[in-house]
Amino acid sequence: MRLVNRQPQGFADSGDYAPKLAERQRSARRWQGIFLVATMVGIVFLVALLYTIINQAFGYVAQENTVDPATLVSAGVPLEELPKEQLIQILRDHVSAGVMRRFESEQPFELRSREDVYSLVVERVVAPRIVATWNLDASLLRRAAIQHNVAIEYPDARLVFRAWLMPDFLMRSQSSTPADAGVRTALLGSLWMLAVIILVAFPVGVGAAIYLEEYAGKSLVNSIIQTNISNLAGVPSIIYGMLGLAVFVRALEPLTSGALFGLVDPATANGRTILSAGLTLALLVLPLLIINAQEAIRAVPASLRQASYGLGATKWQTVWYHVLPSALPGILTGTILAMSRAVGETAPLVVVGASTFVALDPQGPFSKFTTLPIQIYQWTSRPQDQFRHIAAAAIIVLLALLLALNASAIWLRNRYSRRLD
Amino acid sequence: MSAPDAVGNEIAIQAQELNVYYGSFRAIKDVSLAIKRHQITAIIGPSGCGKSTLLRALNRMNELVPTARASGQVVFLGQNIYDRDIDPVELRRRIGMVFQKPNPFPKSIFENVAWGARINGFRGDMDALVEQSLRRAALWDEVKDKLHQSGLSLSGGQQQRLCIARAIAVRPEIILMDEPASALDPIATLRIEELMQHLKENYTIVIVTHNMQQAARASDWTAVMMMDEDRAGQMIEFGETQQLFMTPRDRRTEDYITGRIG
Amino acid sequence: MPNHAIEITSGPRLLDATQGVARTSLGRRRRPAEGLIQGFLFVCGAISILTTVGIVFVLGKESLLFFASPEVDLARFFTGTTWQPAIGQFGILPLINATLMTSMMAMVVAIPLGLCVAVYLSEYASLRARGILKPILEVLAGVPTVVYGYFALSAMTPLLRSILGPNTVDIYNTASAGIVMGILILPLVSSMSEDALSAVPRSLREAAYGLGATKLETALKVVLPAALSGIAAALIVAISRAVGETMIVAIAAGAGPNLTLNPFKAAETMTGHIVRISGGDLSYDSIDYNSIFAIGLMLFLITLGLNVLSRQIVRRFREVYD
Repeated sequence: MRLVNRQPQGFADSGDYAPKLAERQRSARRWQGIFLVATMVGIVFLVALLYTIINQAFGYVAQENTVDPATLVSAGVPLEELPKEQLIQILRDHVSAGVMRRFESEQPFELRSREDVYSLVVERVVAPRIVATWNLDASLLRRAAIQHNVAIEYPDARLVFRAWLMPDFLMRSQSSTPADAGVRTALLGSLWMLAVIILVAFPVGVGAAIYLEEYAGKSLVNSIIQTNISNLAGVPSIIYGMLGLAVFVRALEPLTSGALFGLVDPATANGRTILSAGLTLALLVLPLLIINAQEAIRAVPASLRQASYGLGATKWQTVWYHVLPSALPGILTGTILAMSRAVGETAPLVVVGASTFVALDPQGPFSKFTTLPIQIYQWTSRPQDQFRHIAAAAIIVLLALLLALNASAIWLRNRYSRRLD
Repeated sequence: MSAPDAVGNEIAIQAQELNVYYGSFRAIKDVSLAIKRHQITAIIGPSGCGKSTLLRALNRMNELVPTARASGQVVFLGQNIYDRDIDPVELRRRIGMVFQKPNPFPKSIFENVAWGARINGFRGDMDALVEQSLRRAALWDEVKDKLHQSGLSLSGGQQQRLCIARAIAVRPEIILMDEPASALDPIATLRIEELMQHLKENYTIVIVTHNMQQAARASDWTAVMMMDEDRAGQMIEFGETQQLFMTPRDRRTEDYITGRIG
Repeated sequence: MPNHAIEITSGPRLLDATQGVARTSLGRRRRPAEGLIQGFLFVCGAISILTTVGIVFVLGKESLLFFASPEVDLARFFTGTTWQPAIGQFGILPLINATLMTSMMAMVVAIPLGLCVAVYLSEYASLRARGILKPILEVLAGVPTVVYGYFALSAMTPLLRSILGPNTVDIYNTASAGIVMGILILPLVSSMSEDALSAVPRSLREAAYGLGATKLETALKVVLPAALSGIAAALIVAISRAVGETMIVAIAAGAGPNLTLNPFKAAETMTGHIVRISGGDLSYDSIDYNSIFAIGLMLFLITLGLNVLSRQIVRRFREVYD
């Protein structure tokens, strides 16, 4: 009993303390909810992003024929069943003589099949045009209203469900008609550019990482290089575009246009080529690649190096036979991540001078270029709805390419880490 | 090549007034030590006294630490290994090393043994060299049927013997062992110690150990190291193992081997 | 375990000790390849320096040409309120103003969301939840910015217009671009902040719990302040990223320099202007060509300054727990 009396005043009855536990717990729960909701916002946005894209990439279109096939019926035989000669006659009646001569010179009509001529008639004479488009959500939920609408506003039009993204979309070149346009040129441009980037950035980036991790001591020069690399990683990509414009496109034009190698006519030579774009983006991803490769090299255990030196290996033998093989999965993963950064870059390429309209497949590093993101940018900037739809389709292609790159990074990592154990 | 009767007296490598610094910190101070050819020399002492530093100074492995430098001499084959014109790469082939933790390369057993010989320009029969090295390391019978499996698939003790085989394959004169059994179980430890007795017929062995029983059991000569008041390691006694453990000359040695220090 | 006696049996083809390996002196050998390789590797490292030198040289040279031109007046450049190269008006304020508007809007979105995400991930989320949420945030960071631009124009702007009315909100406006940009930099803010929070040692949290603090009090009053320098660094890096962001504003913010504080009106940012001008037919050595380099120089200096500041904060205020 005396013990109780000895306790300091206020401790037992807690008169000076008011923990207000219930209130604090409530506030804790409330904030936990807020944190969770904030975290979900990111997911909601990702879903909204994908929804927007898919929504625009599919949906109903109202198609109108320039010439009603019914008027092309001759002697009661519908267009689909007409013989080749009559189809040629229809073609001759509807297109100019110049266009006919062009068809003839591409492939003489005697050699063309009936199906070939028929598709020419559909394309050039019947010439279905898209007059209105709807998004996927409207197409699914308000189908009746759309049909009703089309019947009133476009009495001659047919309502067709169109996937703007279809295998054909990948195979077709650019066109000023959205319905005929494809991403073939842009996709090939992106792949060519990637090849240039890998060839340049991979050896240089890995070399720099080896130098900084294995060779560089603590000298001033080396710490300047290291600081410089982290600074470069923070430079906006558009600045790299301006560097590329001034150096690769302008100053090194004879090299980057291919004129130096006699590959193109010097009079029309132009530095705005795949090579310039690739070199520019190689510089852009270099800091990222170096930093990733440095981390991979740093993760190689020191015991491995010591074992190698202990056997009388030189520095390069140690690096080449032991450090690099062990670091390779990490280096490759980092490289692929850097590549997926490059594949999505747009701004520097606009500055370097991506072509606004290229219909020909790129032939090599000295070709004019366009890439997937550039194509998306150009289509997005057009006011017409139809361009919005093919932009969405092109975005899906781009995202699929990125997904493939990242999946291959994961696959590589797993494969190599299994082999090392 | 020495005459057989010279074994036990001829000096393989000798440190004279050796100091090693890490930056401004002196890790070992004025160590002089003569290692006898084809004998096992143990370096013992409490942890942090510079045993490993001394060992690594004998084949310039210390240089892999950027701030490390050495003064004094280490004479090997009549040359000071710290002379400017000495090639550390060639030196390390002549003075091999086995580390505290087994560190086989992530390659096949065969490649682990063959690699060092290959980079050193070995042009003889590689299969024979690998077999001989593995036999000398007493590992052949256990691995002869799985030479192409990863070196990492072996047990810890086997891995350490693989590392010894790897070191032997480049034909060193001296093998430095840095607590080679500290990561192993007692049976594996025993096998390494037995192996050392056979290896000394062909090689000079210097072993760092924190295990006094091991030094007493396995070595011919023992050096005792101790930190001074500046935490720099000094060698306080060196002598034939039996004599040193029976009748230590230095008071601190006696304290250490009877368990009063460390 | 059977006792494997150590038995050094000679192999069938025991080698002579001197066979095969060349016996030479310890003298230094010439290894020209080693030196060459080291030289090549150094050049690789030095390319990053060359890149920086190139950027500074190119931006500096063209900017000098720009400022030396008789049409341009340095004071007017910084104080002028119109940017119309066609009539010789080069006042950078409208462009800087638009850049600030979009960046501020982005930070208004990214700071609270990013910090909440960071606190949730580092203090509350189970390992399983982290394993799901972090990759999703990484995906968000990996989507190309041109896709965000598309999203801003074809989803965010219509949404704003349907909420606030098409008369209030232009088709191109800085608000829409800024909000979407905020989502773009959200993963940057959250992951850098989370790293800073995770670096706060467990013992500090345990000390707070030991005094009877709730999880929230521990997180907000102990962990967050302890990680403040790291979080500040993250926010500055995020601002720098927002200032340099190009495609979202090029697509959604508007094409035409316009000095306005109304976030629902169109206005062109510095980056947006560079993209629009260089995307057209640009002849070298014209004042237009030089002018974008002057804008680029401003952009470079601002972002570099922010990045250096961020690193300084981390270095100076890093708490050392040991």
